[in-house]
Amino acid sequence: MSGKVTNEAGGSGEGGSGGRELDAAFFARWMTASADAVAREADRLTELDSAIGDADHGGNMRRGFEAVRGELAEEVPGTPGAVLMTAGRKLVSTVGGASGPLYGTLLRRTGKALGSAERVSGEDLADALRTGIDAVAQLGGAAAGDKTMLDALFPAVAALADSGGEDFGAARDAAERGAEETVPMQARKGRASYLGERSIGHRDPGATSAALLVAALAEADGAEGGTAGSQENDSSGSE
Amino acid sequence: MGVSDVAQADGSKRVGIVLVSHSKEVADSVARLAAGLAGVPDARVAGAGGLPDGGLGTSEELIVEAAHRMDEGAGVALLVDLGSAVLTVKTLLAEGDELPEPARLVDAPLVEGAVAAVVTAAGGGDLAAVASAAEEAYTYRKL
Repeated sequence: MSGKVTNEAGGSGEGGSGGRELDAAFFARWMTASADAVAREADRLTELDSAIGDADHGGNMRRGFEAVRGELAEEVPGTPGAVLMTAGRKLVSTVGGASGPLYGTLLRRTGKALGSAERVSGEDLADALRTGIDAVAQLGGAAAGDKTMLDALFPAVAALADSGGEDFGAARDAAERGAEETVPMQARKGRASYLGERSIGHRDPGATSAALLVAALAEADGAEGGTAGSQENDSSGSE
Repeated sequence: MGVSDVAQADGSKRVGIVLVSHSKEVADSVARLAAGLAGVPDARVAGAGGLPDGGLGTSEELIVEAAHRMDEGAGVALLVDLGSAVLTVKTLLAEGDELPEPARLVDAPLVEGAVAAVVTAAGGGDLAAVASAAEEAYTYRKL
C-alpha cells in the first residue's frame, strides 16, 4: 500500500484532475488509525520523552487519541473539516501536556481550512495541512530545525504538496526521515531546550508522534484505495 | 478554589485572576499567598492547577471553570507557569469561545505577578492595569 495512487491503476476516476475524493469517513479512519498507532507506540514515545523531556508523551497522546476514538465511535461529523475540528478540540481538552494544544491546533486549523466541503481532494488536504502546521509553528514560536514536531510535519506536507496531493506514502516517508533527522539537533523549544547540548543525540518525541500521524494518514488512504468506499465502520470498537 | 466568591459590597466589578500551574497545590497556594500578601481576603483570584485527577499537567476544563467562577464582568487575567500552561491558554484565546470576555494571558512571573495583579484588581484597576502591574513584576530585581 505504499504510496498508492488511486488513478494510476485504472486512469480517470471521475471526470477531472487529481484522484481522490476524501470524505468524512476517510478522516475518521485517519483519526482511528492515529489512535491505534499512538497506542501501539506509546511506550516508545514515553521512552524518548524520558531522555529529553518529562516522560509523559506516550501516556498523554494515548489518553487524547483514545478520547478522540471514543468521540468518533459515537458519531462521525458530516464533513472532513468537522471531523478534524472535533478531534482537535478533544485533544486540547484531554491531553494535559503541551502536545494537547499543539496537536489540537494542528487539527482544528487544518479542519477549519477545509471548510464545510463534504469531500476534499488530496491537494485541498495538503493546502489545509500547511495552514494547520503554520498555526502550530506560530503557537509554539518554533521553526524548522528546532527539534520539534515541525521537523516531521514540514517535510511531510512538502512531499504531499509536491505530488499534487497524490502521494501519501511519500509524505509518510518524508515525515519519518524528518523525525530521524532530529537526532543530531539541539532542542530550542520546550522542556528539552533546558538541556542545551545534552538534547543532542536523542530523537525528538514530538517529531516521532507527528510521523506516526502522517503514517496513519497513509494507512487510512491505503484502506480506501482497496475498494471504492465500501467499508464504512470497521473500527468502532467502543474504546 | 476561589478565595472568595462574594462580589464587592459596593457593586463595582473587579477583574478576575486565574493562576494556571502544572500543579494544583502550586496554583491554589499561590492564590492564597497573593490574597494574603496583598491583604485582600476576598480577592477574586483562583488557582487552576494540574489535571482533574490531581496529577501534574494542564487542564483546559479547570482553566475555563475557574475563569468563569472568577469573572464578575470586568474581564479575567490569566497568569501561567510554563510549557503546556502557556500553550493551553494561548489556544483557548485563539480558538475558542470558552473563556469569558475579555480574557487575557498576562506575561508575568507567577508568584510576584499574582501579588501585583491582586493588589491592582482589588484597587479597582481594569484588565489593562492589572495586566501591566503583573508584567511589571519582571522588573523587580532581587540583587
